Amino acid sequence: MSEHKWEAVVGLEVHAQLKTRSKTFCRCSTAFGDEPNSNVCPVCLGLPGALPVLNREAVAMAVKTALAFGAAVKKQSILARKNYFYPDLPKGYQISQYEKPFSTGGQVEARLEDGTAKIVHLTRIHLEEDAGKSLHTSSEAGTALDLNRCGTPLIEIVSEPEIHSSAEAYGYLYRLRQTLLYLGVCDGNMEEGSLRCDANISVRPLGQKKLGTRTEVKNLNSFRGVEKAINYEVERQISVLESGGQVVQETLLWDADKQLVRPMRTKEEANDYRYFPDPDLLPLVIESSWVEEIEKSLPELPMVREKRFVEKYGLPQYDANVLTATREVADYFEETVRLSQGYEPKKVSNWIMSEVLAVLAEKNIEITDLAVKPAHLAGLFALMNKGTISGKIAKQVFEEMSRTGKTADEIVKAQGLVQISDADTIKEVVARVIASNPGQAEEYRAGKEKVFGFFVGQIMKETKGKANPQLVNELLRAALGKS
Amino acid sequence: MSEIRKMSASELADSLAAGKISSGEACREFLEAIRNDNHNAVISLRGEEALTEAEAVDRERSKGENLPPYAGLPLLVKDNIVVRGGVPTTCASKILENFISPYDAHVVENLKKSRTVILGKTNMDEFAMGSSTENSAFGPVRGPVDPERVPGGSSGGSAAAVALRLAPAALGSDTGGSIRQPAAFCGLFGLKPTYGRVSRYGLVAFGSSLDQIGPLTCTVRDAALLLSIIAGHDSRDSTSAAVPVPDYSSALDREIKGLKIGLPREYFPDYLDSRIRERVMTQVRKLEEQGAEIEEITLPHTDYAIAVYYIVATAEASANLARFDGVRYGHRTSQAGDVIEMYNRSRSEGFGPEVKRRIMLGTYVLSAGYYDAYYLKAQKVRTLIVQDFLEAFEKVNLIITPTTPSVAWKLGHFEDNPVQMYLQDIFTVTANLAGLPAMSVPAGTVDGLPVGAQLIGRHFDEATIFKAASKLEGGK
Repeated sequence: MSEHKWEAVVGLEVHAQLKTRSKTFCRCSTAFGDEPNSNVCPVCLGLPGALPVLNREAVAMAVKTALAFGAAVKKQSILARKNYFYPDLPKGYQISQYEKPFSTGGQVEARLEDGTAKIVHLTRIHLEEDAGKSLHTSSEAGTALDLNRCGTPLIEIVSEPEIHSSAEAYGYLYRLRQTLLYLGVCDGNMEEGSLRCDANISVRPLGQKKLGTRTEVKNLNSFRGVEKAINYEVERQISVLESGGQVVQETLLWDADKQLVRPMRTKEEANDYRYFPDPDLLPLVIESSWVEEIEKSLPELPMVREKRFVEKYGLPQYDANVLTATREVADYFEETVRLSQGYEPKKVSNWIMSEVLAVLAEKNIEITDLAVKPAHLAGLFALMNKGTISGKIAKQVFEEMSRTGKTADEIVKAQGLVQISDADTIKEVVARVIASNPGQAEEYRAGKEKVFGFFVGQIMKETKGKANPQLVNELLRAALGKS
Repeated sequence: MSEIRKMSASELADSLAAGKISSGEACREFLEAIRNDNHNAVISLRGEEALTEAEAVDRERSKGENLPPYAGLPLLVKDNIVVRGGVPTTCASKILENFISPYDAHVVENLKKSRTVILGKTNMDEFAMGSSTENSAFGPVRGPVDPERVPGGSSGGSAAAVALRLAPAALGSDTGGSIRQPAAFCGLFGLKPTYGRVSRYGLVAFGSSLDQIGPLTCTVRDAALLLSIIAGHDSRDSTSAAVPVPDYSSALDREIKGLKIGLPREYFPDYLDSRIRERVMTQVRKLEEQGAEIEEITLPHTDYAIAVYYIVATAEASANLARFDGVRYGHRTSQAGDVIEMYNRSRSEGFGPEVKRRIMLGTYVLSAGYYDAYYLKAQKVRTLIVQDFLEAFEKVNLIITPTTPSVAWKLGHFEDNPVQMYLQDIFTVTANLAGLPAMSVPAGTVDGLPVGAQLIGRHFDEATIFKAASKLEGGK
């Protein structure tokens, strides 16, 4: 194989839709899934005479993102027109940034599966508007246009060509998306297109400095798609080169159905975009006082939080990664810990990673939609701590809590699930069980230890699982004549 | 001609306010005159709507209700300013022949708020590209003084209509002289306000960094009246300035004693027709007699202005006109194959030759490999031209030049030589490049054809222009 011979070089361009209420240059709603062409006005329809006015909220979110990645925010940048004809582009140009983007530099710390980190530097982040959507129907009906998305704000985050494998690309995208979600600037939904990725891919002999000829692969609408497309394209380029051919600089589309890349029609790529500053807009001025204000509003970022979870709560790195995957889960964990005095953070972590995340996956809901709030979960832990219920019963109660939204106390009381810790009561059950199974008792006394489990099971059955397991063990051993 | 038609806009507004004339009567009079006219100055009429609006004003007035000062005043608007519903906004182009705007331009909102009545839309060079109003899909406008000559352009329809008294006043737009040059050719006052003074929202863009809407009138007072209606900040135009609008009418009567006026030597070149120079100097002397101080100044980068202008304006136009693609509105070819062919045919059929020429020029100067040599260089020289003016305005309050190097030419004169026609804009494009307010005022005639003198003021100082211009009105 060729892995030891070739090095893949990948740069990613990620388009993230900003979660503003209104569009980049008009007041239309950015809501997804509304009736086609219902969120439009003269400005985003590109009607004659209409003019753009920049949405300050979009700039604030863009700046927030730049700051989160340690990028420099320019005091003055230029909004430029990118000229091309396409039916879903009403003005015949897209307002974007070209020579002077609002942000340059910065970095993303990708975490790889082996736990190591990989720094990928950013070239730039710029602000632009989205186009509409063309809906290609049957040939008779032609193409329909939905211009609701037209003018929705995007940021394009461009990485340096420093990614050398699909796994690194995955780690980069994971961290990027996670951070955008932490910042609350993007919903990160790749299926709905709020996060889109294009990859610039080339290969070169390992050790060579000069970059090989690159291709641009578009239409990568899932993390797996990005990985697969990179693997596919890298292999394709290597086989072209190894068979003595040359890589052609071109734009390719990833076909997720057929799992391959194919060339875009040349007409679509042969564009000279003729960028020039948009005369309808003044230079974008971002005052340093505004930047400072935004910087103060930055939340704790995932990497920092991850580290803090390890240090403050003594969690293993794995737990910290899982719990900080989203800001909401991390908040849930911390709030539960805060309310569960005397219950170890690691135990809280175990519960969330097993029970809570399982329920979320099963119900396909977000943690914020979960009926069991941190206070409820802490209440459950308190009952366990006091010995009111056993861990086994607790799982049963949790299931009930997530279904009904009731507190652990309510459920335990209503269903009589309080743990039996009264020694006399248990002794009585133990005696009864031994008496009705004399054969097994004999076997045990003859040294067949396994039978002990049989008795525990019978006792639990009798007490509907409520008997305090420690007491059962103790009293059973005593009754069977061994301790 | 009836007394109503002879009145200036201010006089008519006063008569309307005093109840001496009804708006309905005035509007009917002008609508009738437009219908009977054969200069092709007006391309669409809001006949019934105008009368309905006029009669509503009359009813309210007869009931003694409070009305804005110019309520009921009929006006015309250039057809690149969108008016909601009713009549189309065509820009005198086949590509927008049937386009009806779903919204009003900012200036139209202001006209409606002030309860003035828009009678109709005036003819123009297609998308305001031209200096003669011959480039209209609806045929050329004939000059009001001599029908064999052009009225100037691109606001030639507005200028001819006002000169022919088809309306008391009209709005035009000016990207490189399109208000001032036709005003000069038709013997009118034509003002291009400071860039940013009047919102461009709803003005179909030609050169976005140059375009301004302004009045064409037969008196300075009328120009002040119209500017006071349309000026002011509009949050929908990012280039609209939040600068207070003064009371222009009170500026008119002020003295000009001590006013410093510069004569830039580059605007009085040797090749200038000596009779035009003479007419302009006559106006200069009138101002001097009233106490203005005249001095020669220099604007050294003037020679580059035409080249810079035709690069910047066409570059912006090439993008501004991309939206006319036949997809959502406007002309779409009846015989399209794929989408590319649909674009090509719709645009080829919809645009006239001058518009195509400018789109191609603009596309060229923005193209990879040419951008630096043309567009970028032009922007740098534009900065130098602005600098010239700023330096000059440290010494003087006002600049006077001829508006045009010649009087109105015969229809078809530049048909085979568009660049020669571009050169006719030499004295007017600089005010657009520098964003300065400038007004053409009548300065007598040469061979019976009107000549214009141009007053250029400091940024946002239209008041000084009005003040000086009012001293040049020959008893009007």
